[in-house]
Amino acid sequence: MKLKHIAQAAGLALLSVAGAAQAQVSDGVVKIGVLTDLSGLYSDVAGPGTVVATKMAIDDFLAAEKPSFKIEMVSADHQNKGDIAANKAREWFEKDKVDVASELVTTSVALAVQKIAKEKNRIALVSGAASTAVTNESCNDVTVHWTYDTYAVANGTAKAVTQTGGKKWFFLTADYAFGHALEKDASAVVKANGGEVVGSVRHPFPGTDFSSFLLKAQSSGAQVIGLANAGGDTINSIKQAAEFGVTPKQALAGLLMFITDVHSLGLKNTQGMFLTEGFYWDLNDETRAWSKRFFATHKRMPTMVQAGQYSSVMHYLKAVKAINSDDTAKVMTQMKKTPVNDFFAKNGKIREDGRMIHDMYLLQVKKPADSKTPWDYYNVKATIPAAEAFQPLSESRCALVKK
Amino acid sequence: MEIFGVPSPAFFGQLLLGLINGSFYAVLSLGLAVIFGLLNIINFAHGAQYMLGAFAALLGLNWLGINYWLALVLSPLVVGAVAVLIERTMLRHLYKLDHLYGLLLTFGLALIAEGVFKNFFGVSGEAYEAPELLQGGVHLGFMFLPLYRGWVVVAALSVCALVWYVVERTSLGATLRAATQRPDLVQALGINVPVLVTATYATGAALAAFAGVLAAPIQQVNPVMGSNLIIVVFAVVVIGGMGSILGSIVTGLGLGIVEGLTKVFYPEASAVVIFLIMVLVLLVKPAGLFGKQA
Repeated sequence: MKLKHIAQAAGLALLSVAGAAQAQVSDGVVKIGVLTDLSGLYSDVAGPGTVVATKMAIDDFLAAEKPSFKIEMVSADHQNKGDIAANKAREWFEKDKVDVASELVTTSVALAVQKIAKEKNRIALVSGAASTAVTNESCNDVTVHWTYDTYAVANGTAKAVTQTGGKKWFFLTADYAFGHALEKDASAVVKANGGEVVGSVRHPFPGTDFSSFLLKAQSSGAQVIGLANAGGDTINSIKQAAEFGVTPKQALAGLLMFITDVHSLGLKNTQGMFLTEGFYWDLNDETRAWSKRFFATHKRMPTMVQAGQYSSVMHYLKAVKAINSDDTAKVMTQMKKTPVNDFFAKNGKIREDGRMIHDMYLLQVKKPADSKTPWDYYNVKATIPAAEAFQPLSESRCALVKK
Repeated sequence: MEIFGVPSPAFFGQLLLGLINGSFYAVLSLGLAVIFGLLNIINFAHGAQYMLGAFAALLGLNWLGINYWLALVLSPLVVGAVAVLIERTMLRHLYKLDHLYGLLLTFGLALIAEGVFKNFFGVSGEAYEAPELLQGGVHLGFMFLPLYRGWVVVAALSVCALVWYVVERTSLGATLRAATQRPDLVQALGINVPVLVTATYATGAALAAFAGVLAAPIQQVNPVMGSNLIIVVFAVVVIGGMGSILGSIVTGLGLGIVEGLTKVFYPEASAVVIFLIMVLVLLVKPAGLFGKQA
């Protein structure tokens, strides 16, 4: 009996020594979890497209870098519910040895999962969630907010529209935390650029008929109606604004819009609108090449969330390979140390609050006559440099930022 | 001039918008009331049938070039045909059981329909243009009324009146009502009750599809458009009195107006006001405003 025990112990010891000598990546496998909205409100913006993007990142990485470790991917639908996302993330981290939970569209999901990642010492890569809370009140050292946030999109659009003469604003705001945050961020920018806010109305979320609210906006005397809502609410607001003759007399500014929204509304309904995004497929040869590969699988051009997802996963995998370890703290240090350079970001940088800063783009929706090919939707009006696009660290409410 | 502190143009504008939304509620709750009143089925698939109606119009246009006016007739027929299939193969077996079974079956069917459409068309949906004849609008002095919205009220109210007339004032309606009270007796008189029942369910579903086509140019056509609306419509039916035809029409219009006015005075409450009224009505008159006490 005793002998058998000793033999077993010796065997175990040998095994663990061998493991340590071979590689630092635990079990020789890096496991990436994509936790997203696969069927609900945000499934066009993020959803299955982010799973496609993640697969592309893994395949490209394997082909180019030939790593010594294996890469696995799992995905799950969080149904836009924080509690479901939290349970799934916990299961992944505790039972399934998932190293990183990624995508995480919807603020409540991102906030819940980043907390669990911290608790379990794993990494959270946020692409789809919008709230600046991820890198402010809730910031931690295992989370990176990759693609955009409410500050960046509201800032870009509100500033551009105010500076080009749209001084009087009225806000149509979705009545929940996200809408309020968007309205607050945009109002500040409008005022800072010499504009004024003449009124606002909060509509129930989700809404179907916005005509009453649009009528209010119409009689407010505002030049610009800021849409502090998202998805289906934005789509129906724009459609009904045209119906009631609100546009083109008053201009609409979509504070959080995605290319899929423009696609589903059509250019006739959206022409002339300003919006800010972190990515557009038709920026340069590199973005076009990547987006066409994405299109071949997904049959839709990528949103910024989907492109950002690829970029974040690729950056993570490169960091793991560079230090030959999937240890959370070491990987995070490596990721922050290395600039992000790919088709999505040029000289992108992960700040101490977890915000990945990169250039944003101020876009204007084309007239139907100017659109030459399918998905040819935007004129790029300006590139907003990374340093101006995001909330400055001096205004940060994150405890990790030393002032 | 001001009314309750609101400039009168705004007030009348919102009143009119309330009436427009109310006419949607009226057509939808009418379909539900017909199905419940005559079949005793709580048709949770009503929202999905509304969505199918809108999609039938959209796909008809995109794939076959069928225009709006034809779609207004064809979509309800297509959705009605699907409803016949559902009634014949599934619902039929549940009439003798508790209401809950019908509710669960139709709810399940609604989820399946929604899921299938999400899979193929995504959640953002597509825009459907109003017919050329009804584009643009008129200035009424107090507001700009899109012609299309005016048409919605006319079309919806005409259909409601027609259904009410058929059920309450014709011999066909009398037979229908008799068949729900005493199917055995009506059958004995040589009338084919099962066919009547199938036709009734199909009519209810067709009404939902008709509302869907009416809504297509106003709202983005997407797979969740029905589920966003169905709960409110159920509240309307409950307030009006389950199964009461006139009740559902009047309540639909009335609640549309109440909701419209809430949007003027306290927009944040506009999503709850109908449910508040439902609670109050149930407390005072459990059978609903127009319902007959069981």
